[in-house]
Amino acid sequence: MTTVEEHLLPSAEPVCLIDQHGVPHEHPSYDLPTKEALLDGYTELIRGRRFNDQASALVRQGRLAVYPSSHGQEACQVAATMVLKEGDWLFPTYRDSVSIVSRGVDPIETLTLLRGDWHSGYDPYEHKVAPQSTPLATQLPHAVGVAHAARLRGEDTVVMALVGDGGTSEGDFHEALNFAAVFHAPVVFFIQNNEYAISVPLARQSAAPSLAHKGIGYGVPGERADGNDLAGLLAVLGQAVNNARAGEGPQLVEAHTYRVQAHTNADDATRYRQDDEVTPWLDRDPIQRLTTYLEQQGWMDDDVRRRAESRAVQVTAQLRDGLMPEPAVDPADLFKYLYAEQTQQLREQAAFLRDELAREEA
Amino acid sequence: MTHTKISMAQALNQALRDAMHADDSVVMFGEDVGALGGVFRITDGLTAEFGENRCFDTPLAEAGIVGMAVGMAMNGMRPVVEMQFDAFGYPAFEQVVSHVAKMRNRTRGRVQLPMVIRIPYGGGIGGVEHHSDSSESYFAHTPGLTVVTPATVADAYGLLRKAIEFPDPVVFMEPKKLYWAKEEVDLTEEQPGIGTAVVRREGADATLIAYGPALPVALEAAEVAAAEGRQLTVVDLRSVVPFDDETVCAAVRRTGRAVVVAEATGFASVSSEIVARVTEKCFHSLAAPVRRVTAFDIPFPPPKLEKYQLPSVDRILDAVDDLQWEDS
Repeated sequence: MTTVEEHLLPSAEPVCLIDQHGVPHEHPSYDLPTKEALLDGYTELIRGRRFNDQASALVRQGRLAVYPSSHGQEACQVAATMVLKEGDWLFPTYRDSVSIVSRGVDPIETLTLLRGDWHSGYDPYEHKVAPQSTPLATQLPHAVGVAHAARLRGEDTVVMALVGDGGTSEGDFHEALNFAAVFHAPVVFFIQNNEYAISVPLARQSAAPSLAHKGIGYGVPGERADGNDLAGLLAVLGQAVNNARAGEGPQLVEAHTYRVQAHTNADDATRYRQDDEVTPWLDRDPIQRLTTYLEQQGWMDDDVRRRAESRAVQVTAQLRDGLMPEPAVDPADLFKYLYAEQTQQLREQAAFLRDELAREEA
Repeated sequence: MTHTKISMAQALNQALRDAMHADDSVVMFGEDVGALGGVFRITDGLTAEFGENRCFDTPLAEAGIVGMAVGMAMNGMRPVVEMQFDAFGYPAFEQVVSHVAKMRNRTRGRVQLPMVIRIPYGGGIGGVEHHSDSSESYFAHTPGLTVVTPATVADAYGLLRKAIEFPDPVVFMEPKKLYWAKEEVDLTEEQPGIGTAVVRREGADATLIAYGPALPVALEAAEVAAAEGRQLTVVDLRSVVPFDDETVCAAVRRTGRAVVVAEATGFASVSSEIVARVTEKCFHSLAAPVRRVTAFDIPFPPPKLEKYQLPSVDRILDAVDDLQWEDS
């Protein structure tokens, strides 16, 4: 018989089902995902890694203004969407492009924000993916609202709300967890703890034993997983989604991972951390360990490799072809979307800009 | 329909009740809005009538309230939320500016937020610190918001119904000193459209431009001026955003002189915007610079001192007297 407190507290160690050497481990609470799930996950990881690296390359070529890469965090990125059903929602941040693409959103529309031709490029309702939030944690109360509205209508929607370690310091993180708990909203709050908020390390963000421990303060069960172990993440997040869908209220999951690259291309990580801190994390790569495991199981054949490679090649080509041409922008768009019915003042300002552009052309 | 004499608070309550009857997706939430019926009783009886799912109390956290409303509006509801007092609404400012105001634009119109943020505002009730701010200028300055403020009982009902039906987010500023003012109204009358100002009194000599809590003071000043032989037009903005340039400028052109009356501090405010617009658009009709009667540029004073801060009939009449009636 566990007490309420024990139920709310996370495991003593992050859940890890396949370790960094590719060795599987039994866990009292979680089973290894099926072969099919792991093979699908492998394909998604390969594609996610290629997406990250291609997007970073396109920044260097001037095709994207900026790209906050999730290189090394791809297991978190793809697990977050693999556990969702079609009617569920994803609330991503700016570092979650791979998650968004994994949910089915067009890669070019995903990168519209970072290319700079508009803010959010995709239709949030098409794949039930909210616009990427740049102000930290501010999307979390929205996730609660979407979940609460669905619950009031009797729908079994679950909302996956992503946030980073830095975001857990924001007031909106606190308010969202508290609201979700009080209203019993089916939200899975998924913290990707990659140890850094730009330059500030975790020790400056929180003195909590782990970020998953924060759940108990709100009455939200917390759990922690090895953020580079796709198997463990699928098990833990899958369980959290099931619990939320079953009416057990919000869930909090922390993934322990690491931002192996700089915050963005505009950042210089050598100013605040040493290489010897980064190097060990390279050996904990999520793709490497899953590959080793799949090979040892004898599940990694040419078909699997070919399928993964062809999906990766496809997304690379989509990015290259989609981002190479200079995007067409229309200055009239600046005024078009603010209000359902444009105000007289905006009509006048749009006309002013139109005339100014016409004079420049003349 | 017979006319009934009700207060602005009752009219707002009736508007919420009628809107919730008319549309199942309308939900009302905030601090103390449930069993208590709100500290100003605007939500009185709604939980009893519609149940906990339609009108409910939240934890005490304004950013959470507005943020949750954003999500509910994204997902098919029409939330109406209450900020208990003007100055208690500031924790939600980030949500209002970064998300409420921008969602439609950043998603190219794909995500609309049909939500209303109700804010009791302004002075005149002897509120202690942080209970009497005029925060309309912050919201008016933020593109993407619609900012509405009634000054009469009939408009309180009509504008709130319109705000709840509106496809975009509306900041609905309720002048709390007028909550208990009663009027004979016919709630079945056609409701004013959002973005339309109205001329409350016609007079040929000068125009007073006012809104919300300043309107009754402006009307009283016009009454006194008339007794002294000067006829004043009084324009009630009703909507700060969108701004009704046409009605305001037509009145100023007819009279050639204007005074803007507002409770908010004057610097970088709605009142300064009105002066700028009127001056830019009506310069050749003006016989004198447009004057303002606003609060001083100080934090809202404690109750025993607020009479020195708020626009008064005398200050308005003095400003009118200063409109260069004769060359000297």
